[in-house]
Amino acid sequence: MRLDQAAKSLLLKEFVSGFILAMRYFFKPKATINYPFELSHRGSRFRGEHALRRYPNGEERCIACKLCEAICPAQAITIEAGPRRNDGTRRTTRYDIDMVKCIYCGLCQEACPVDAIVEGPSLEFSVETREELYYDKAKLLANGDRWEREIAKNIAKNAPYR
Amino acid sequence: MELGDILLSVAIMLGKSVLMLVALLIFIAYALLADRKIWAAVQLRRGPNVVGPWGLFQSFADLLKFVFKEPVIPAPANKAMFLLAPLVMCTLALAAWAVIPLNAGWAIADINVGILYIFAISSLGVYGVIMGGWASNSKYPFLGALRSAAQMVSYEVSIGFIIVTVLMCAGTLNLTKIVEAQNSSLGILGWYWLPLFPMFVVFFISALAETNRPPFDLPEAESELVAGYMVEYSSTPYLLFMLGEYVAMMTMCALGTIMFLGGWLSPIPFAPFTWVPGVIWFILKASFLFFLFAMAKAMVPRYRYDQLMRLGWKVFLPLSLAMVIIVAAALMVTGRAPGMV
Repeated sequence: MRLDQAAKSLLLKEFVSGFILAMRYFFKPKATINYPFELSHRGSRFRGEHALRRYPNGEERCIACKLCEAICPAQAITIEAGPRRNDGTRRTTRYDIDMVKCIYCGLCQEACPVDAIVEGPSLEFSVETREELYYDKAKLLANGDRWEREIAKNIAKNAPYR
Repeated sequence: MELGDILLSVAIMLGKSVLMLVALLIFIAYALLADRKIWAAVQLRRGPNVVGPWGLFQSFADLLKFVFKEPVIPAPANKAMFLLAPLVMCTLALAAWAVIPLNAGWAIADINVGILYIFAISSLGVYGVIMGGWASNSKYPFLGALRSAAQMVSYEVSIGFIIVTVLMCAGTLNLTKIVEAQNSSLGILGWYWLPLFPMFVVFFISALAETNRPPFDLPEAESELVAGYMVEYSSTPYLLFMLGEYVAMMTMCALGTIMFLGGWLSPIPFAPFTWVPGVIWFILKASFLFFLFAMAKAMVPRYRYDQLMRLGWKVFLPLSLAMVIIVAAALMVTGRAPGMV
């Protein structure tokens, strides 16, 4: 017992077998992705950066019903409604989301009756100052224009379950 | 000798040294990258791959970053010693390369006690560590420096005996002649790694301990000492410490290549292989040893300090001492000891 143990440790048996195991892992496919150049899969219900959508004719979807503001558990949304227009609908004059307060729960998009406010697939919106994370209406609309294709696809995918 | 002749020989010597230095530093830049890439590959990661194609310029980006950072000198530190320590470490590590022959006759200084010179210089490297740890005037660096001193001294003993066995076989202290003593018609089988096999393994492990590489990186064990003697260092001094460490590592790889892997000799002593320049064989062999260094880092967990000391004093020292006697007896009995012909 003592002798074969001594022989084992002298011939570095564990180290040789460890080396072989390490070399097997060496040539295995990588477990990590090439992040800034490739992104991992995101589901169609992914809750990322917020966006305000428009109708295909360019009209804003949001009708200033303030349901999202009411349901928001973090009270991150601030809305001011404009006066009623000739067609009987209202639009917002101010739509701010404090992205620092937001907890990305997705209740605003659940509450929205016209699919105006959504959480899109974007997750790379880090900035260098806190002020840049106080999103206003223009920023949210621009997000909507930018991500409309992906957002529409995701909403269509989820429509049967709503 | 004329003044012109002296100036010319000094200029040639300077040119050789600068060439060696540049080649060595570029090689180390890529060895560092390879080290990180190998470590990453074993852990199924990708490693640095953004700066340049496949991350090939990562080391140079790191260099720029280190150089342009602010060097912080702690208030209680001894300023002169604090800044001198990394310089000592780096300069001593680089000085060892003056005698290493990359090819037949390629050593900058082909001195007759080359191996003693390397042994002395690499032992002095520990002063850089102790100075750095002491001058920082802080707890973790001090503990790291203590550990490093004890560790390097313990493993130098066994490395000394390993060198003695090689010297008994080669019969010379000149590094070039040690390589030439391994030149035989057997090729790779005639090199000293095979007849002195247990010594080769002991040398490799002692080299890991001597250069503070994992699994023996206790002087800078981050789970216990944050970064050991380098805690208070930043910017260029830190860079010099790291550089000294990697240069010492390459020195150990080169020394292993010279003593056990036949230096610049071709592994197969036939025509197509002997046409390859010796320096390429040398670099390939040193890179192979460095690959083993990197793999050891990737696969072996860190030793505990008492285990490290036990291995050095109670396993390697008796083993290498016994090998010295066995090799000496074998050489005497077979009548192959140098100078006995």
